[in-house]
Amino acid sequence: MAIKQVSIFLENMVGRLATVSQLLGDAGINIRGLAVADTNDFGILRLLIDDVEAGVEVLMKNGIVCQYSEVCAVEIEPCPGSLAKALGVLRDAGVNVNYMYTVAEPGGPNAVMIFQFGDALDKAEEILANAGFKVLDKLA
Amino acid sequence: MNDLTLKDCVDRKALSRIQLERLQQTVTRLYEKVPFYTKAFDEKGVKPRDLKTLADLAKFPCTVKTDLRDHYPFGLLSVPQNDIVRIHASSGTTGKPTVVCYTREDLSIWAETMCRTLQMGGATEDDMVQVGYGYGLFTGGLGVHYGAERLGCSVVPMGGGSTEKQLMLIRDFGTTVICCTPSFFIHMIEEAEKIGLDFRDTKLRIGFFGAEPWTEEMRQLIQEKSGIRAYDIFGLSEIMGPGVSADCECHCGLHIFEDHYYPEILDPDTDEVLPPGEEGEIVFTTITKKGMPLLRYRTHDISRLHYEQCKCGRTLVRMEKIRRRSDDMLIIRGVNLFPSQVESVLLPIKGTVPHYQLVVTRTKAMDELEIKVEVTPDVFSDEVRSLEVLRNKIAFEIKQIIGLTAKITLVEPGTLERSAGKAKRVLDLRNQA
Repeated sequence: MAIKQVSIFLENMVGRLATVSQLLGDAGINIRGLAVADTNDFGILRLLIDDVEAGVEVLMKNGIVCQYSEVCAVEIEPCPGSLAKALGVLRDAGVNVNYMYTVAEPGGPNAVMIFQFGDALDKAEEILANAGFKVLDKLA
Repeated sequence: MNDLTLKDCVDRKALSRIQLERLQQTVTRLYEKVPFYTKAFDEKGVKPRDLKTLADLAKFPCTVKTDLRDHYPFGLLSVPQNDIVRIHASSGTTGKPTVVCYTREDLSIWAETMCRTLQMGGATEDDMVQVGYGYGLFTGGLGVHYGAERLGCSVVPMGGGSTEKQLMLIRDFGTTVICCTPSFFIHMIEEAEKIGLDFRDTKLRIGFFGAEPWTEEMRQLIQEKSGIRAYDIFGLSEIMGPGVSADCECHCGLHIFEDHYYPEILDPDTDEVLPPGEEGEIVFTTITKKGMPLLRYRTHDISRLHYEQCKCGRTLVRMEKIRRRSDDMLIIRGVNLFPSQVESVLLPIKGTVPHYQLVVTRTKAMDELEIKVEVTPDVFSDEVRSLEVLRNKIAFEIKQIIGLTAKITLVEPGTLERSAGKAKRVLDLRNQA
């Protein structure tokens, strides 16, 4: 069920994010969602893009270190308390969220949240699905 | 002038006779007692009796740092191990330290030459000497300590680091002499300024600074900012430790205590002995040491020797301040570091070699080491935590094996400067304004 995201290593310096987005833009690849984790000297950029294989190829060709990983994409109704409900289900099952971010362009009426569960991915997806959440295998 | 300083002004002809006699005893001892030298002499086709003049030393084999490593830890002793009363070590090139051993008599000679070093800068038994070199396996702390005790000073064995406490003791104890690395003392000056302490308001009057190369400009800066007189001291653990040579008030080269440490200057490429005044690699032979005497030890330090009598009255040969080396060794906060040591730390970590670079800078007069490591797909992870684990692991291993705290920076591949396709391993930016 999981979807693929691309993680990219970036030095914490001017213009690195611009470079990455330009490379993808020039290759005609759309960015659907993103999140940045930053430390003092480096950052990790997580991207959801249209064509993962093509995106990774263009980045690698330009010397940018990246890798795929699998994350969980879940539809969340755009109303108060719906995210809390999803997180509550996970908490009750003892599943930890490593990080999460929203999809900028969900392609439908509902919001889409991306969760990174590490090794607990399959278990978490099952828990969310059983609680009535729509777990996506691709973005609309 | 007391008995010890007389030794510094000895007639050079008499000195040469003493040196020859001691050298002859040393080569005999080495040939008879140390299998490594027996073999080395035989391979060169020389016998101890071939040393008839000082110039004959050129026929004898040299010793290099790797010889010490190959005979780690105690393979080069010339006495039974129970005659050894002290062991020191410095970091080696493969993680194994370079070990040196001293008999009771060796320690006494070391204390004597260190004592003469302090006297050269005008210290007397009335002084209080604060030792700001590290104690432990490093020779700096204990070397200076016993020399100062020999002179009859009050010794404060403070050790390295703890700037605030150093300043507190200088003020409260009335310390008159400080011994530490020059960069650490400049750091002390800056910290003192911050808390409104002027060394001119303390009793501090002399500083002996060594264990790392520094310039005449730094000496002037220290003197201007602190009002104390600053002296350079030189030493290396393989030969003895601090106090192999030292600065006098003329500051025109460091007087080598030649009655114990015999110097030569070699062409680093041809190994030929060069005449006085020519620039080359300085090489030392210990001529009174018993525990672990070394013959023609290659320092890789580039210097010149001047035999004319100094204006201070001393006849001991003067070596010029070390400005460069003939190999890629760096000296950072008194610690010797070869880039290959860093490589040996990184080697077991998949994906980090050969993509690394050492950047040495001097911030607030303290040497800083940064190790930049390129992140390759092999080590990259989506998790910040695992990259930080990697960074901490590298920093920990460097600290464990080399003894230096380094800042580890993860950088993108291809960003480290390369010259002619080969990674540029070291960027030493310390002598840039």
